[in-house]
Amino acid sequence: MLTFKDVTFRYPEDKEAMMTDLSFQVEQGEFVSLIGASGCGKSTIFRLINRLLEPDSGEIFVGGQEIHKIRSYAGYMPQKDLLFPWRTIEKNLCLPMEIQKIDKEEQRRRSGEVLKEVGLEDYRNKYPKDLSGGMRQRISFARTLLTDADLMLLDEPFSALDALTRMDMQEWLLNQWEHFHKTILFITHDVEEAIFLSQKIYIITETPITHLEIVEVPENYPRKRDFLRRPEMETLKAKLTMQLRKQVM
Amino acid sequence: MKRYLPSILFLAALLLLWQLGAGRMDAAYILPTPIGILRKLWELREPLFAIHLPATMKVTGIGLIISIVLGIGLAILMDASPVVEQALYPIVIASQTIPTTAIAPLFVVWFGYGIWSKIVVTILMTFFPITITVFDGFKSVKREMEELLISYGATPKDIFIKLKLPTALPHFFSAIKMAIPLSVIGAAIGEWLGAQSGLGYFSRRMMTQLDGAGVFAPIILLSAVAMILVGIISLLENILIKWRKEL
Repeated sequence: MLTFKDVTFRYPEDKEAMMTDLSFQVEQGEFVSLIGASGCGKSTIFRLINRLLEPDSGEIFVGGQEIHKIRSYAGYMPQKDLLFPWRTIEKNLCLPMEIQKIDKEEQRRRSGEVLKEVGLEDYRNKYPKDLSGGMRQRISFARTLLTDADLMLLDEPFSALDALTRMDMQEWLLNQWEHFHKTILFITHDVEEAIFLSQKIYIITETPITHLEIVEVPENYPRKRDFLRRPEMETLKAKLTMQLRKQVM
Repeated sequence: MKRYLPSILFLAALLLLWQLGAGRMDAAYILPTPIGILRKLWELREPLFAIHLPATMKVTGIGLIISIVLGIGLAILMDASPVVEQALYPIVIASQTIPTTAIAPLFVVWFGYGIWSKIVVTILMTFFPITITVFDGFKSVKREMEELLISYGATPKDIFIKLKLPTALPHFFSAIKMAIPLSVIGAAIGEWLGAQSGLGYFSRRMMTQLDGAGVFAPIILLSAVAMILVGIISLLENILIKWRKEL
């Protein structure tokens, strides 16, 4: 689904490259978390996929095609919900479709469907200010879905939520993923969140990034939160945490 | 209403003080009493409301519309191109250092005693706050929102219409609210310098007749009209920008 092939990138103001000859892959339908210490380049990877940054060398493919040759190939959900305060919830959802010049009726139909899926159909004509933090993130996720891209890039979407809402949202996200069969690349620096959600965890262990260390989470879906308490999961958590802390030091 | 109570009380106290002071001074040709001014306003209601107010409103209206078009146009141009911004921004700022009142007589020479010399004064006083405030509005767009739109494949035109315009809307209303009193002042100054009608012209005529209350009456009317216009714009703003509480 997503392929990085020998990608090198350096911010013009930095001396050192952020990544050199980085290659990795995410398969169709996978849920992959990307973890690493703050400032290690997780978001840079997203910005490269979104073409907000251009690599110095190397290529990025989505669905087998080089990203310069395609449009609307990735749905990006940022850390803040970034709902437009002047638009109603429905109009916020229509935003990606408006840009793709999709027919108005179709926009209404699709946004209505997705609103039902995320359980917020009563909020269609409300404004973002009328919603709680968790609801806003659901709308932000729904809007990402409506980009209609198979690849979803979620950049620490729950980091600003309180602990309880966050747990709810994680379980909700898994349900959505199983329902919509999307490929998800999920940035987080919360090790437990990464283990709970993903099939595979990609770890950034050094900068410049030359490779990603891959850890598989040996647990099938649907998941119950209890599995996190099992000894092998505790060991995995401790190992990952240790790796992240090593980077910070 | 409660919010305005202190200012209403303060204004009432000032007016009372003025009334008593002016009454004691008893020199209505230089300091008329507020009641005297209101009485004059009533006496002169016909020429003021039927001839001079419409004349001034015409200048204000045309001047304001041209300023809005010019101001927004310049703001869009400066936002679209850094070169244009670098070229125009200093000139726009410099235009505000010109003492408009001092050079206004020249406009009368250039554009004649007709309506256009007044309109030019009005434009010169109002296009600046509109240009700068709307331009700042465009610049206040959140970078992350712009990037989100880019990630959806938005063109610069999409970004302008779907993000920059709505972001700049509250700024636009602030600009209009600032520009209305200025446009009224501009029109009055223009008329003061040479005209055949208008509240500024009327006030000046009363001055030559040493009619203190007659000088104040059109000015009071002018302020009242400006306040009503600002009130209408505020109302419109509240209707159009329901989401503002979030900002």
